[in-house]
Amino acid sequence: MNYPMIIFVLGRILLCVGALLVLPLLVSAIYTELSWTAFAIAMAICILPGVLMSFFKPKNRILYLRDGFAITALSWILISIVGAVPFVISGYIPNPVDALFETVSGFTTTGASILSNVEALPHGLLFWRSFTHWIGGMGVLVFLLSVLRLSGGSHVNLMKAESPGPQVEKLAPKVQSTAKILYGIYIILTVAEILLLLLGNMPLFDAVTTSFGTAGTGGFGIKNDSMAGYSVYLQNVVTVFMALFGINFNFYFFLLLRKVKRAFSMQEVRVYIGIILAAVAVIAWDIHGLYTTFGESIRHAAFQVSSIITTTGFSTTDFDHWPQLSKGILLLLMFIGACAGSTGGGLKVSRCIILFRSAGRECKRLLHPQRVDKIFVDGKSLSNETVRSVHAFLVAYVCVFVASLLLISLDNFDFSTNFSAVAATLNNIGPGLELVGPTQNFGFFSNGAKLVMIFDMLAGRLELFPLLLLFRRETWRRF
Amino acid sequence: MEIILVGCGKVGTALAAQLTQEGHSVTVIDTNADKIERIQEELDVMGIVGNGASINVLEEAGAERADVLIAVTGSDELNLLCCMFAKKAGQCAAIARVRNPLYSHELDFMKQQLGLSAIINPELAAAQEIARLLRFPAASKIDSFAEDRVRLIKFELSERQKLDGVPLHEIPGRLGQDVLVCAVERDGDVVIPAGDFHLKCHDLVTLLIPSEKAAECFAKLHMPTHAVRSALVVGGGTIGYYLAKSLIKYGIRVKIVDNDAGRCEDLVELLPEATVLHGDGTDRQFLLEVGLPLVEAFVPLTGIDEENVLLALHAKKHSAAKLVTKINRLDFDDILDSLDLGSVIYPKYLICDSIVQHVRALQNRAGNNLKTLYRILDDRVEALEFTANESLRALNVPLAELHLKPNLLICCIIRDHQIIIPRGTDRICAGDTVIVVTLERGLSDLGDILA
Repeated sequence: MNYPMIIFVLGRILLCVGALLVLPLLVSAIYTELSWTAFAIAMAICILPGVLMSFFKPKNRILYLRDGFAITALSWILISIVGAVPFVISGYIPNPVDALFETVSGFTTTGASILSNVEALPHGLLFWRSFTHWIGGMGVLVFLLSVLRLSGGSHVNLMKAESPGPQVEKLAPKVQSTAKILYGIYIILTVAEILLLLLGNMPLFDAVTTSFGTAGTGGFGIKNDSMAGYSVYLQNVVTVFMALFGINFNFYFFLLLRKVKRAFSMQEVRVYIGIILAAVAVIAWDIHGLYTTFGESIRHAAFQVSSIITTTGFSTTDFDHWPQLSKGILLLLMFIGACAGSTGGGLKVSRCIILFRSAGRECKRLLHPQRVDKIFVDGKSLSNETVRSVHAFLVAYVCVFVASLLLISLDNFDFSTNFSAVAATLNNIGPGLELVGPTQNFGFFSNGAKLVMIFDMLAGRLELFPLLLLFRRETWRRF
Repeated sequence: MEIILVGCGKVGTALAAQLTQEGHSVTVIDTNADKIERIQEELDVMGIVGNGASINVLEEAGAERADVLIAVTGSDELNLLCCMFAKKAGQCAAIARVRNPLYSHELDFMKQQLGLSAIINPELAAAQEIARLLRFPAASKIDSFAEDRVRLIKFELSERQKLDGVPLHEIPGRLGQDVLVCAVERDGDVVIPAGDFHLKCHDLVTLLIPSEKAAECFAKLHMPTHAVRSALVVGGGTIGYYLAKSLIKYGIRVKIVDNDAGRCEDLVELLPEATVLHGDGTDRQFLLEVGLPLVEAFVPLTGIDEENVLLALHAKKHSAAKLVTKINRLDFDDILDSLDLGSVIYPKYLICDSIVQHVRALQNRAGNNLKTLYRILDDRVEALEFTANESLRALNVPLAELHLKPNLLICCIIRDHQIIIPRGTDRICAGDTVIVVTLERGLSDLGDILA
C-alpha cells in the first residue's frame, strides 16, 4: 500500500471539493442567505488540510490496483464527510448522521432524503444538494484524472475502481483524454437539458438543480412533491433526459465519431431501451384505470420507469398507490439499473445480460456436457475471467443486501419498507415503497439504520469491492 | 501524436513505455488477449485484441486518425501488411520491423515501393553496433553522428590515462585535439560537466571526438586503438551471422560456435571465410579448447540471456578479450550494469531508440529536423543531432548569449564538413548540423534547447 501517494491524492481531492464549494457559496451570496458562512467554513476545512497534504511529495508515484481501490473508497468517504459540513454548520440538519446521510445520498446519486420539508432549505443548500449529484454522477476521481498527472498504469487503476460496470473501456488511448471526453459529453448533455427546461418556462434555479439531479441520476428535488408540480412539457423533458443519462457514454462517443451504426448495435443499449419500452407498456396498461386519459397514464408510467431504471428517483406521482404488478415491475427495474459506463446505479444492464447468458450456457451444458461454449456480447466472446467477476459481484451484492436487510429490520418497520429501503439505497435510487415511498422520507430510521444505509449507498455507487476491501486487514499492510 | 503499435512483445512493450512517457497517445494491437490485458494494467495505453493486418481491427484502433503506425510483430510479412493497410486506411506514416536476413538487401527497395517511413532491422543494428565496438575495443559504447564524422565514445578512466584530478578545460590541450567531455557518470550519478569539473579515476566518460582523430587521441591516452584481430562468437543466429559477415569484411578472423548441426552447415555456406564450429558454446572445456584464452574479442550471442551473462563472466576470468554481451529479455539493467560484462548490447533498446528517433522526427516535419537520437548512460542522457533551418530563433546568436535549458550542452556544430567544438562566441547558422547532449528527455526540435 503506497500510503504517501494515497495521502497526496486525497489532498488533491480535498482541494477539488474546496474549489467546487465556491459555486454554492456564490448561490448563497446571490440570494443573500446567511448560509454562505457555512460554505466558507467548509471550504476552509477542505483547503487548509488539502494544501498541507499537497506539500507532501511522494517519491514513488505509481499506484497499483489495490491502491486505486483504497483511494477510491477513502476519497468518497472523505468528500461525504466534508460535504456534510455545510448542512450541520448552517443548522438546517443538526444531526451529523442525518447530514452525512443526505450528503452521501447526494454524492452517490441516490437521492434518498431525511428531510420532510425540502422547501424550507435555503437556496445555497438546495443547490449544494443537487450539485453533489452532478459531481458524484461522473465521479470525483474521473474529474481528478483529467487534471492530475500520474505515471504508468496508475490512471487505469484509479479509473477501474471508480467507473461502474463489469469492464472498463477506454474511449481514447490515454485515461486523461478519456476522462476529458466523458466530462465533455456530461457537460454538453447537462447544458442541453438546462436549456430545454428554460424553454418550458422553468425558473433558472429550478432548471439547474433539476438538470444536476437528472445528469447524475440522483433525484434530489427542490420541491416536496418532487416533479409533480411541473408542467407536462417539463416532465417529458426530464423523462427523456433521465433515460439518456442511463445510456452507456460510449454510445455518445460513437455518435460523436459518426459511427452511428456501431452505436446502435451496442447490445446493452438495445436491451436497455427494450426494457424501458416493455415496462412502460405494461405499466401504462396496468394503471390506466387510475388516470383520466391513456396518454396521462403513459406519461406517468414513462416518467416513473425512466426514473427508476436509471436509478434517478424523481417522481411525478405516488407510485406506492399503483397496483401490485406495476409496483413489482418497478422494484425489479431497481435491481436491473442503468447501463454500465453511465451515471446510473443498480446491477447494470450489461451484468444482467451476462448473468442471463451464463445461466443459458449452463442449461445448454447440462444437455450436452461436452459442449464448448462462450458468452458473446457485441459479437465478442467474453473471457471466463469477466464472467467469473460478474458472478462474484452478484454474490457479494446479495450478501451485502441480506446483511443490510437484517440490520435495518432491528428498527422493526414492515418488510416491504425495509426491503425497498435497502434496494433503494444499495441501487442508488432514492424512493422505495410504503414508508419510504416517493412522498415519504428516510428521517424516521434510527441512526444505526442510517449508518447501514450510508454504507449501502457508498457500496452501491462504488460497486461493492472498493468498500469491502477496506474491511480486510491485508489491504492495510505495507507488504 | 496518435500512434498505433502492432505487436506487444519485448520491443512493443518497451516502445509503448517510451512513447507514452513522451506524451503520445498509444493504441496497442495484439492477438494475445493476456498480453493486452497486462500492458493496459502497466501503461496508460488502449489495447485492442486482434490481428493488426485486419482492416476492421485497424479501424477500431483509429487508423484513419493515427499519425504513425509501428509494426513490430514477430512476422516480417505481417508487419509489412499492417503498414500497407494502415497507409490505405488513413494518412499515417508507417514503420515496420523486418528482420529476416533474406530481405536484408531489399530493405531500401521495400521502403520506397511501400512508402514506409522506416524499416528497422534490429539484428542488423545490433550486429553493426557490436562490430563498431570490436573495431574500437577501448570504448564501451560508440555512437556516431553526422554520417560517422563525429563520434561519442564512452570509456572508463583508469590510472593509465593520467587524467585523475584534471579539470576538463585542460583536456583539449593535453590531447592536442579538439575534443569535448559531454557527460560523466560517477558513482551512479550522471552529470553534464562544465569546464571546471575535475575528472577522477573510474569515471565513465563520454567523449565527443571527430571520427578520424579518434585513434590518434586514444593513443595519447595510452589506450588500444587498433581493431581486434580475432573474434569468438557463441551462437550463430541472425545477429551472429550479420556480425561475422561485417567482421570478415574488416579482415577480422571469426570463429562461430553453434550447437545446431544444420545451422552450422547453413553458416558455412553463407560465410565461407569464417570458421564454423559445431559444439556446445556453454561447455567450459570446449571453449578453452577453441581458444578462448587467446582470442581478442568474445561475443556471447546465445538466445538465453542468463547464458550470455555467465559466458561473459567466464571469459572475463580466463582471457583478456574484449567482451560484448547481448541481452534480449532480462529486465534487471541496473544489476547487469554492476556486473563486469564489458559492453552490453540491448537489441530492444537499440530499435526503441531508432523508432523513437523517427517518431520525433515525424513530429516536427516542419521544424529543425532531428536526424539522430541516442540514449547514452543507460538512457538517462540523450544525445541528439539536428539540422538547423531558418525557423530557429537562436540562429546567428553567439552561444554565450543563448538562454539554454539547464543540464544541456551544445557539443558540436558541423558546417560545410568542418567540425567545430563550439565556444561561447560561436553561433549556429542555417544548414548547420548541431549535436546536443542533455539530461532532459523528449526534445524533438532544436528550438527546444532554449529554456
